[in-house]
Amino acid sequence: MKLNLKIWRQQDAKSKGKMTDYSLGGVEGDMSFLEMLDILNEQLINKGEEPVVFDHDCREGICGSCSLMINGEPHGPDRMVTTCQLHMRKFNDGDTIVIEPFRAKAFPVIKDLMVDRTSFDRIQQSGGYISVNTSGNTVDANAIPINKHAADEAMDAATCIGCGACVAACKNASAMLFTSAKVSQFALLPQGQVEATERVQNMVRQMDLEGFGNCTNTGACEIECPKGISLENIARLNREYYSANLKG
Amino acid sequence: MGILDSKVPSGPLAEKWTSYKDHIELVNPANKRNIDIIVVGTGLAGGAAAATLAELGYNVKTFCYQDSPRRAHSIAAQGGINAAKNYQGDGDSNYRLFYDTVKGGDYRSREANVYRLAEVSANIIDQCVAQGVPFAREYGGLLDNRSFGGVLVSRTFYAKGQTGQQLLLGAYSAMNRQINRGKIQSHTRHEMMDLVKVDGKARGIIARNLVTGEIERHSAHAVVLATGGYGNVFFLSTNAMGSNVMAAWRAHRKGAFFANPCYTQIHPTCIPVSGDHQSKLTLMSESLRNDGRIWVPKRKEDAVAIQEGKLKPLQLKEEDRDYYLERRYPAFGNLVPRDVASRAAKERCDAGFGVNKTGEAVYLDFTSAIQRYGKEQALTQGLHNADDKEVTKLGKAVIEAKYGNLFQMYEKIVDENPYETPMMIYPAVHYTMGGLWVDYNLQTTVEGCYAAGEANFSDHGANRLGASALMQGLADGYFVLPYTIGDYLSNDIRTGPIATDSPEFDTAEKEVKARLDKLMGGKGLHSVDSYHKKLGKIMWNKCGMSRNAKELQEAIDEISALRADFWENVKIPGIADGMNQELEKAGRVADFLELGELFAKDALTRNESCGGHFREEYQTPEGEAMRDDENFKFASAWEYKGEPKDAVLHKEELVYENIELKTRSYK
Ligand SMILES: Cc1cc2nc3c(=O)[nH]c(=O)nc-3n(C[C@H](O)[C@H](O)[C@H](O)COP(=O)(O)OP(=O)(O)OC[C@H]3O[C@@H](n4cnc5c(N)ncnc54)[C@H](O)[C@@H]3O)c2cc1C
Ligand code: SF4
Ligand code: FES
Repeated sequence: MKLNLKIWRQQDAKSKGKMTDYSLGGVEGDMSFLEMLDILNEQLINKGEEPVVFDHDCREGICGSCSLMINGEPHGPDRMVTTCQLHMRKFNDGDTIVIEPFRAKAFPVIKDLMVDRTSFDRIQQSGGYISVNTSGNTVDANAIPINKHAADEAMDAATCIGCGACVAACKNASAMLFTSAKVSQFALLPQGQVEATERVQNMVRQMDLEGFGNCTNTGACEIECPKGISLENIARLNREYYSANLKG
Repeated sequence: MGILDSKVPSGPLAEKWTSYKDHIELVNPANKRNIDIIVVGTGLAGGAAAATLAELGYNVKTFCYQDSPRRAHSIAAQGGINAAKNYQGDGDSNYRLFYDTVKGGDYRSREANVYRLAEVSANIIDQCVAQGVPFAREYGGLLDNRSFGGVLVSRTFYAKGQTGQQLLLGAYSAMNRQINRGKIQSHTRHEMMDLVKVDGKARGIIARNLVTGEIERHSAHAVVLATGGYGNVFFLSTNAMGSNVMAAWRAHRKGAFFANPCYTQIHPTCIPVSGDHQSKLTLMSESLRNDGRIWVPKRKEDAVAIQEGKLKPLQLKEEDRDYYLERRYPAFGNLVPRDVASRAAKERCDAGFGVNKTGEAVYLDFTSAIQRYGKEQALTQGLHNADDKEVTKLGKAVIEAKYGNLFQMYEKIVDENPYETPMMIYPAVHYTMGGLWVDYNLQTTVEGCYAAGEANFSDHGANRLGASALMQGLADGYFVLPYTIGDYLSNDIRTGPIATDSPEFDTAEKEVKARLDKLMGGKGLHSVDSYHKKLGKIMWNKCGMSRNAKELQEAIDEISALRADFWENVKIPGIADGMNQELEKAGRVADFLELGELFAKDALTRNESCGGHFREEYQTPEGEAMRDDENFKFASAWEYKGEPKDAVLHKEELVYENIELKTRSYK
């Protein structure tokens, strides 16, 4: 099939960017979206032009590197997949596809479609851990039995890949779904209880410092999240946050 | 050959590690504050090492090429992690895990290292649970296990199909705690371009900031390389797109010997290649072989009809199918180890029995399992008159509960429903057992330069068992390096900070810049990917699942010519002092073009078949691998001498005092 691509090109963080048109033939349904971009890039390189820059690594939906707003949707039109898992059979011959970076104040553009998501790391650094030493002097793993249901729920929250689609989908650019996924994982486990108060306070504070917006419960994040992280996590974060503030 | 001292401590196998720890030199906490360590790579091995070293009090600097430590390739591991916990009470022990690993590696690994790995394995699980890693649990609240190929016990711990992700996020959280305390300085989107040696010791690295293109100097008292495997030398593999050999290769060029480069694991169950545009391959977990039966048509004309799309697999009667693994290996059937399963698939496809349009795929069929589970369910639910349709429905539900996410992944990629028609699979490059040679302390042949995780050669011999790479990465990082590196650094408490304005740093930086200039200065005819794909084809066709002397020699010549062409004609648009993804790839491919040749040379030198290394000249009349313990019971460690063809072989003789060498048989 043949496609009309409208792609955001921006030289670096300081430059102004603009949409650029490309027409691309020879695209097959079996290709992934990123393989389609590979072909475009190969053509640009052969013409001596700079290829389109985008983040990617695992290409199987787990590392969270790939991003892209595709026709206005983070990770494109398919549900429960990342951009690297999106296949071209979801598009038709002659389609126009608009490709932009994830946009948010806390995700500044580095170049073209690549953005800086280190604000997510700083939220994790502010409290997304259990303060246990790693040199091996812990109790036997089975000395902490955990209800299967709670363990499964913690696992569901823990599958967040840190891609940022939730932020890109949100009109307020809020990072609540991402932050709540980590808070929930630990809130659901006995190991997480000791530091629960400080954790939720510190992570929420950092989230605000980074310039993410407020959550107004629109639910767009849950719809676009490629890992199905549920809004229940946000409710849990709110409960944790209020009870933490009550404790002081 | 005296150069390779494995430094294995004396004493009985089971006491070596404990007595070693009792006798090493320690660094007191106040002195640790004056010592800097560089950790390159933040996967399981690097992330775990960085967190523990920082916690002990050293100043740690980490480097990774991704935008966050959490995205290292370890994140992609699916199936699980082994540990000799014996929670199932099925007779597991440190010795059994040790034995399985040495045997699975076809008797080409170092006993003492493998035993230590088994010994610390149980503690990994304790550690990860304390960190909040949500492993799968049973209804009683205790940890659940599954079992993997090549062993007779259930010792694999898992977190759904995302075990690597959860373990890496655990290590990442431990790193975050230390970053928050100021004990780790994390440098993301940075690539190590060279190792810097001062007075023969590793004292720092030259790194490139991938966003600004700046070349930076970083010094330390020791350097740990935990930069993963080099499977991408084949272009197509299950590795992440950025996985590379650059850091290890740069160290190799600075004196670190490279061990067993030809030991590669080709995983039998991956989604087949669909076309020339393909950029990477996707693994379908080994666990599928518990329930799937592998087959191809018995008659060639049926295979051809299937290839041409004129015949569907389900139209083929039971007696017209060749369940070749069950036929060749009645004892282990579909559960033979990875190397054996992969070669058998290749043998059938080469003979013309493949089942997709390129003839490079075999079926993995769940029909029998669906029926078996369906009948079982009907019985337990008291549905004695269930018809075929109902049985099939019940059976599919069981398969979905077990493998649902894999089936969904398959369907997204191939656009076929694997519940209705058999999956198509084919072997793909997955893991590299070879890597930097290290001694018992995980130190390379460059003093002060350590290698951990998939980047080193230790523990897995010529073939790795499933769920053992995650175990090794975390063992190296959390429990081994923190001791062994401390012993080395105890000599450095009075050294003081390492200066970065020394002539050694000047020279290293100049060399890095010159190399980048040279890359940018190519004539500009062909893209980096075009070279990478060509290299991958040579590797796959001539250094892949089976090898012979003639083709290995051809590979050496072809790779060497391709390398010359690359340096002359590669085309890289843009500039070196800014973000330039083509330049990043070019640096990696340049090193693959050297490693690839050494790989072929190593394979040509090893005149035997063992584990993942199968030489056609060395097989039994039935086509099974023939090891030669008399002449090849050693690890090859190659010394850099300029061109790969000039590399010098050193041999570490492998000593087996606790295990009797046997021929692996799965018949
Ligand atoms: C699809 C898949 C599934 C797997 N499943 C399993 C499983 O179920 N069980 C199991 O035991 N094993 C499994 N494995 C193998 C296992 O995942 C890997 O062997 C292991 O995770 C490697 O960890 P590592 O820490 O050594 O390296 P990696 O996780 O590969 O990390 C490498 C690090 O080095 C950095 N790096 C590399 N080069 C440079 C450079 N030049 N400069 C700076 N930084 C650099 C990277 O940024 C990264 O941080 C699987 C592998 C694959 C591909
Ligand atoms: S919550 Fe979902 S969308 Fe947000 S970062 Fe995590 S995986 Fe991505
Ligand atoms: S590239 Fe890893 S999630 Fe898409």
